[in-house]
Amino acid sequence: MAKRIVFEGELDLKHLNLVKALAARELYVEELGHLAEADERIVITGADVGASGQIGVFKKNHPDRFIDTGIAEADQVGISAGLALNGKIVYLQGFGPFLALRALDQVHTDIAYQNVPVRIINTHAGLTSGGGPTHYNIMDLAIMRNLPNMTVIAPSDSAQCIKAIRATLEYPGPVCIRIARGAEPAVYTTEDYEYEVGKAVTALEGTDITVIATGSLVALAISAANGLMKEGISVRVIDMHTIKPLDREVIIKAAKETRGIITAEDHLVVGGLGSAVAEVIADENLNTKFKRLGIPDDDFPPLGDCYELYAHLGYDPEGIKKAIREMMDK
Amino acid sequence: MAISAERVKRLEDKVIQIQKDICVTTSKIGYSHLGGGMSMTDMAVALYYDFLNFDPTNPEKPDRDRFILSKGHCSHCLYNIFVDLGMYTKEELWNEYNQVGGRFGMHPNCHYLKGIEASTGSLGHGLPLAVGFALAARMNHKNYRVIVMVGDGELDEGSNWEALMCATQYQLGNLYLIVDKNNFQIGGSTDEIMTLNPLEKRLETFGWDTITIKDGHNMTEILEALDSLSKPDSQVSRRPVAIISNTIKGKGLIGGLENTADSHIGMMPTEEYLKDTMSNIEQIRMERRG
Repeated sequence: MAKRIVFEGELDLKHLNLVKALAARELYVEELGHLAEADERIVITGADVGASGQIGVFKKNHPDRFIDTGIAEADQVGISAGLALNGKIVYLQGFGPFLALRALDQVHTDIAYQNVPVRIINTHAGLTSGGGPTHYNIMDLAIMRNLPNMTVIAPSDSAQCIKAIRATLEYPGPVCIRIARGAEPAVYTTEDYEYEVGKAVTALEGTDITVIATGSLVALAISAANGLMKEGISVRVIDMHTIKPLDREVIIKAAKETRGIITAEDHLVVGGLGSAVAEVIADENLNTKFKRLGIPDDDFPPLGDCYELYAHLGYDPEGIKKAIREMMDK
Repeated sequence: MAISAERVKRLEDKVIQIQKDICVTTSKIGYSHLGGGMSMTDMAVALYYDFLNFDPTNPEKPDRDRFILSKGHCSHCLYNIFVDLGMYTKEELWNEYNQVGGRFGMHPNCHYLKGIEASTGSLGHGLPLAVGFALAARMNHKNYRVIVMVGDGELDEGSNWEALMCATQYQLGNLYLIVDKNNFQIGGSTDEIMTLNPLEKRLETFGWDTITIKDGHNMTEILEALDSLSKPDSQVSRRPVAIISNTIKGKGLIGGLENTADSHIGMMPTEEYLKDTMSNIEQIRMERRG
């Protein structure tokens, strides 16, 4: 039995104690500040992302290496690509929907087509912005993974985001790193686990059903799996932190070793993780039960706090448990 | 300093040759964005044969000036200059233009061809990229020029105006914008579709200095404009400079295609047409010279 590396028990989403959980958005900038001391290539661009917190510290320490384009994402993306074509490694921080949608032509042509080392820090994943449909970031995985050359990563917690930042410093081509709004529950109780781009982490071993989750949904999947232990159901949780390139082997293994696969993502069920996993199941002729959890492909999600919306849309821990039980009964 | 007649003649002769080469290339490859290629040739020749710090034998030398062709559909003009400068052969251009495995795209790709600084095609991308180039030069303490050429129709794209503001905000003293103002876009005249005028005033309001070339096919005027530019200095903060070059779409083409939107995409349908067009290109320049 492998050593346990994730939290125990179930999350109380109404009373989350996030005091100790630091926001990935802050931590990654702090990390870049350290890296920038020794590496002159590192530049951050923002489209009016504010001057408080770690961004303010970075600006103070490296004033010539922070470029604010104002509220102009298309320009921000073009400028970032221009910097990258001249030897810079550019961390482009932006509100996810405005990069994947408003500035998509620039992301496509200037970053992906030119295959430049821009790291898109795609914030406010899924429904976490709480800003309503104009600010929901629910189709970015589908868009980004369809761009040639683009690597797509969705860390499951802030500590893993730092691992992703370190692992991609010299990674070839563009990378999109999807992070949530702010402080999310920490998944891992240790940093001592292997992290490699394109290679999923088996966060929890299990033999009955496999849940493949990405981003902040990994924590909810683990909470569900922990809860189901009391019911005698053994759930494997795969942290699919890289959506592209996808770890096909871990999916094939899950299909062969467990009774079924459920995907969980804070994203539309079309085009993102669920679709990517379904493609592998179809390509490999895998005989397995399969279900996708996420935002249904019918209407824009309603207003609300993200955790309430997860419950409403059926992918909070209770919804994940329900899907697992149903798959066990089939 | 006065512009010497010899300098003008040398460049004018080169314009004639490159415009003819564009026509031959067009006949070889079937069709091209002929109108915009013919309108920009004078400026492109002045840049590559007189102005830019550019070594065709070492097109990636670190201190070179960077030229970005934002109106990427007119790549054939640039390709013919590269061929003339000995970087590629005519046969390579003709055989590899838009062919599977070829390097010469209808829209240029910087990974396929040395000499292309940025891959362009979708309009409104070159200026934001150029702002990034200029910022990188400042960060790296390099003093090369960053020059971006846009078409006038292309200025309909809002991303240009975002970048114009950003270049002013950062006071990029090494950034130069050239507008090939031929007054037409694919669907008609720029005034009919989305007027840009008064362009100089608009650019100045956005914080740019402007230089107007009244006749963008007059080499003396082009050289006066380029010679008047101060030395590039990435560290100095000053207003960026835009050169508005008033040109004629389809300059030199026959059959009523000059100064119309109809030349946006053009062909050389017969050998005779090609021959007559090449004669016309030479004739109008010679008549002007007197």
